[in-house]
Amino acid sequence: MAIAIALVVLVVASVLFHFLSPWWATPLASNWKQMDDTLTITLVITGLFFVVINLLVGFIVWRYRHRDGHRAAYQPENPTMELWLVVLTAVGIMALLAPGLIVYADYVRPPRDAMVMEVVGQQWQWAFRFPGKSGRLGTSDARFVTASNPLGLNPDDPHGQDNVIVVGPEVHLPLNRPIKVLLRSKDVLHDFYVPPIRARMNMVPGMVTSFWFTPTQVGKFDILCAQLCGVGHYNMRGHVVVENQAAFDAWLAKQPTFALTMAKTAPPMAAGTAATPETSAASGADLVEQGRALAQSKGCVACHSVDGKPGVGPTWKGLFGSTQTFADGSSAPVDDAFLKTEISDPHARLVKGFGPLMPQLPVTDAELAALSAYIRSLGTGAAATPQAGK
Amino acid sequence: MAYADDAHHGPQSFWTRYVWSQDHKVIAVQYTIIAILVGLVGVALSNLMRLQLGFPGKFDFIDANRYYQFVTMHGMIMVIYLLTALFLGGFGNYLIPLMVGARDMVFPFLNMLSFWVYFLSVIVLLSSFFVPGGPTGAGWTLYPPQAILPGTPGYDWGIILMLVSLVIFIVAATMGGLNYVTTVLQARTEGMTLLRMPLAVWGIFMATILALLAFPALFVSGVMMLLDRTLGTSFFMPAMVSMGQQLDYKGGSPLLFQHLFWFFGHPEVYIVALPAFGIVSDLVSVHSRKSIFGYRTMVWAILAIGVLSMVVWAHHMFVSGMNPYFGFFFATTTLIIAVPTAIKVYNWVITLWRGDIHFTVPMLFAIAFISTFVIGGLTGLFLGNVSVDIPLSNTYFVVAHFHMVMGVSPILVVFGGIYHWYPKVTGRMLNDTLGQVHFWITFIGTYAIFFPMHYLGVLGMPRRYYAYDNYSFIPESAHTMNMYISIAAFVVAAAQLLFVFNLAWSLRRGRAAGSNPWRAASLEWQTPQTPPEHGNWGPHLPVVYRWAYAYSVPDAPEDFIAQNAPPEAGGHEPEPHASQGVVA
Amino acid sequence: MNAESISTQEPAGVFRVTRDGPEGGPGGGGALHGHETRAPGSIGLWAFMGVATSLFSLFLVAYAMRMDSPDWHRVALPWQAWLSTALLVSASVAMHLATRAAREGRMEYARMALRLGGVGAAAFVASQLWAWQALYALHVVPANNPAGSFFYLLTAMHGLHVLGGLVGFAFVAVDRGSGPRTVRRIGLCARYWHFLLAVWVVLLGALGWLTPEIVRYICGTD
Repeated sequence: MAIAIALVVLVVASVLFHFLSPWWATPLASNWKQMDDTLTITLVITGLFFVVINLLVGFIVWRYRHRDGHRAAYQPENPTMELWLVVLTAVGIMALLAPGLIVYADYVRPPRDAMVMEVVGQQWQWAFRFPGKSGRLGTSDARFVTASNPLGLNPDDPHGQDNVIVVGPEVHLPLNRPIKVLLRSKDVLHDFYVPPIRARMNMVPGMVTSFWFTPTQVGKFDILCAQLCGVGHYNMRGHVVVENQAAFDAWLAKQPTFALTMAKTAPPMAAGTAATPETSAASGADLVEQGRALAQSKGCVACHSVDGKPGVGPTWKGLFGSTQTFADGSSAPVDDAFLKTEISDPHARLVKGFGPLMPQLPVTDAELAALSAYIRSLGTGAAATPQAGK
Repeated sequence: MAYADDAHHGPQSFWTRYVWSQDHKVIAVQYTIIAILVGLVGVALSNLMRLQLGFPGKFDFIDANRYYQFVTMHGMIMVIYLLTALFLGGFGNYLIPLMVGARDMVFPFLNMLSFWVYFLSVIVLLSSFFVPGGPTGAGWTLYPPQAILPGTPGYDWGIILMLVSLVIFIVAATMGGLNYVTTVLQARTEGMTLLRMPLAVWGIFMATILALLAFPALFVSGVMMLLDRTLGTSFFMPAMVSMGQQLDYKGGSPLLFQHLFWFFGHPEVYIVALPAFGIVSDLVSVHSRKSIFGYRTMVWAILAIGVLSMVVWAHHMFVSGMNPYFGFFFATTTLIIAVPTAIKVYNWVITLWRGDIHFTVPMLFAIAFISTFVIGGLTGLFLGNVSVDIPLSNTYFVVAHFHMVMGVSPILVVFGGIYHWYPKVTGRMLNDTLGQVHFWITFIGTYAIFFPMHYLGVLGMPRRYYAYDNYSFIPESAHTMNMYISIAAFVVAAAQLLFVFNLAWSLRRGRAAGSNPWRAASLEWQTPQTPPEHGNWGPHLPVVYRWAYAYSVPDAPEDFIAQNAPPEAGGHEPEPHASQGVVA
Repeated sequence: MNAESISTQEPAGVFRVTRDGPEGGPGGGGALHGHETRAPGSIGLWAFMGVATSLFSLFLVAYAMRMDSPDWHRVALPWQAWLSTALLVSASVAMHLATRAAREGRMEYARMALRLGGVGAAAFVASQLWAWQALYALHVVPANNPAGSFFYLLTAMHGLHVLGGLVGFAFVAVDRGSGPRTVRRIGLCARYWHFLLAVWVVLLGALGWLTPEIVRYICGTD
């Protein structure tokens, strides 16, 4: 008896939950309404089955519960009924599959006139590339990746010279233009997932994958990595900003081209020598701002919080001036020299309680100075001891 | 050759009776005990995960590294070391010889070896908790390149131990599998045709065939990843820049691993599900005193599901970057496999219709199975339909689906099966009150855990996330929901301790069961002694005259007719497979 | 692989699940009834051959898929591979003769041929190791060349199965009986040897002659 009631209650509660809960798909911000529609069709058909079968079982176990003097019927088979059930089920399955495949046929064929953007993932940050005036993306390979060429573009490919590089977690897109997204990874599997867009795809090192969509809503949308890529997977964050064409063009024009990034990082002078023109001209506030931007673009913020929250790496809040203990028991105060050593060679000394996870990213002296200034600006003092290993 | 007249001259010492036993019943219990113990470790790991998800940041010792290690070990333990080992090594070993009327498995020594090799694989797996770097945190799917690269916990030692453990497990599973398959084909007693075997045997039989064919794929991918890790080969490793360093690998394909893994991984879920289907058919039938409806269709459905399960694997790879045109094929085959599966659900329900339903604990679990399997199977239709899968892949929708269909419904069958056959194994009944409490908490609790998760998945919350800080689209209510889910998980976990206690307590204090407390027709209940002695049947093997589902046969004096009751008792299976085998 | 072949004597009172021949006895046998004509060991071996076939097929699929990569360089088969093949063929021939002789009751001859079959298989393994040495001397090591990696991997897997067969063979080789059980065990050894030869021939063909072009042609990719 109780089980019959339980089943009915479960059905009622589930249906109520469905209609009352606040959690459903985010408002659609792309052209893939058909995916949402197919989801709805699937929900309706499966929901119907769910309700009917559960209520039926609830009814049956109540109606045919054991009562003294009652025997079960004997009906071991009924081929006609079984045939009908097979046919009806097959029809229901086809009703689900057909719309799904129709939508998929659209999904695998991007429009001819789609603009192109490349997303490059690495543990644990995003970077982007747009074709320049020539409209073509240059070739690339993991073998070309260097400090000055983080996206691994082929320096000898003329088509790559005018490509626009965005090393940073935020990318802009123009409204209502179809875009084919090319996906690359420098290291492990990632997945470029923006829930309101619905469309997405894994990023596989050694190959280029793709998907397409058309942004239909202006706004700022979270990028989430959706394929486990190591310990920083949950913190591999970014934003897609959708805006009108004019704003997008303005933003794009402000981003460096590949040629420019290669020129900027001319061979650095010997370590610790006179400051380059950029830093000497920069006042204190500018340096901090530069440092903040660098922390974003190089992905430091993936692991180092600035508000004291524990993360994969020590928090920067209050770090400067504190004394840190290393895994081998020694300790040192956090000053410019400390930061420089840690950033340039993260695995030489491990702060106690943290794993050897920090990538060795190429950083110039100027950048080091900026980052130091930024970290110092986040508060000083030994009070804030970063909590171990989170 | 013949059976020795004196049944007491079986294995003599403690060691040969309980440790190095070649008796399938002892081996089955050994498998069950180890599987349950390692399963409790898996439950504990899941609770640790839920501590973090429900109360993020509140537990210092659960950092991101440890979290991913918990996730990985929980998954691998539950799928392989608990469910597969328990259904095949536990239920398979115990039930097959008894249900087909054999004295034991056909290769008893190999059978004993298979348990000890399984035990070794468990030791190797658990040892990864104690090595530098700890166990692997690559997710139970162990995808390269990350599984063997810095940035993933356990990339140094943990992954090696995991892969070695899996290889050892596969050896054990093969040894056991050879036994189950050959015993079903060769050792059935007189009159026991294939189409008179209970569905529990059919389910385990087909699952074993799948295991024998599909585990090699895991072996291949595991060995190749091991070589990539230890010898620096590039089977799966392309050219990469990892942590700022150019690596020596090149040319390998991460997708190759995924194809191999899922070629194993999808049949694996049916290796778990098919025995559950078979067992639940028997539970429903016995406890509603009614023949399973459509026995032959049920057998065909098991076979069809088994065959189809080998051609659906890439529905786990719709967004992997594989050739997109594969999506059409695999979505189609995946939705086709829903048809025989649905037929089975209908047949369970029709069996109950006009039955004589006793609300025993096994029946409660069987009914709960139907309900939770329905929802788990239906959500599979979302994920199998490629374009609906695209936004849902790798979200909590997937987690909810596979828990319902692998973690909840088959586990409910495990419990139902243990409550059902415990009296045969031990001669005592499990305590009914504890059983009812265990049932209700587990059923309602697991529903409360996994039903809401579907909605968090549709919202877009990805799986395998240590934390969800400051996402504009994730409302605070979702975090609150996560907290309630965690609380439910702790309660359900605690309830399992009741079950374990019941198993131990009832061994000494359970009510004496007699030989056939459920008044069941299948052969395992007709042994001359309970628990069955070594050799199962006494001096004479049973002769079978009918199928296993002669319940409530019209005009029969009782509401069941045992399979080996004399032919005059009636209850023969529906034509036309009442067949040549009837004759002595 | 079955109770009969592993233990030469059984603890008192242990029954046999299967029966030797067609005799029935008063209900004591009956593990087999009317339909089956093959002993369980035979079915078990067929099943294991199925598993191994699945294993090697999957390795070959992986081999073919990995070939489709720009860094693929073919590795020439070392001549020792031909020696290995000859040894394995001889071993199979010896096993075949052993089976035939055993079935005709000529047990002395059968046992001698059986031992030759074992020696042949052991010599095969030695020859394979020699082939590895030859490749190594040419600086083809597992890590630096995917074709090399597969050569080592596939021959290692096959070699392990041969070694496993030799373990089973050891039990049969010490069997001094001449009854139907012994005859059957010799037959099973032979069958497994022939199976390993067939697998080796396929592997040899793939390692020596399968090219990326052929793979692309079969798969329809270009």
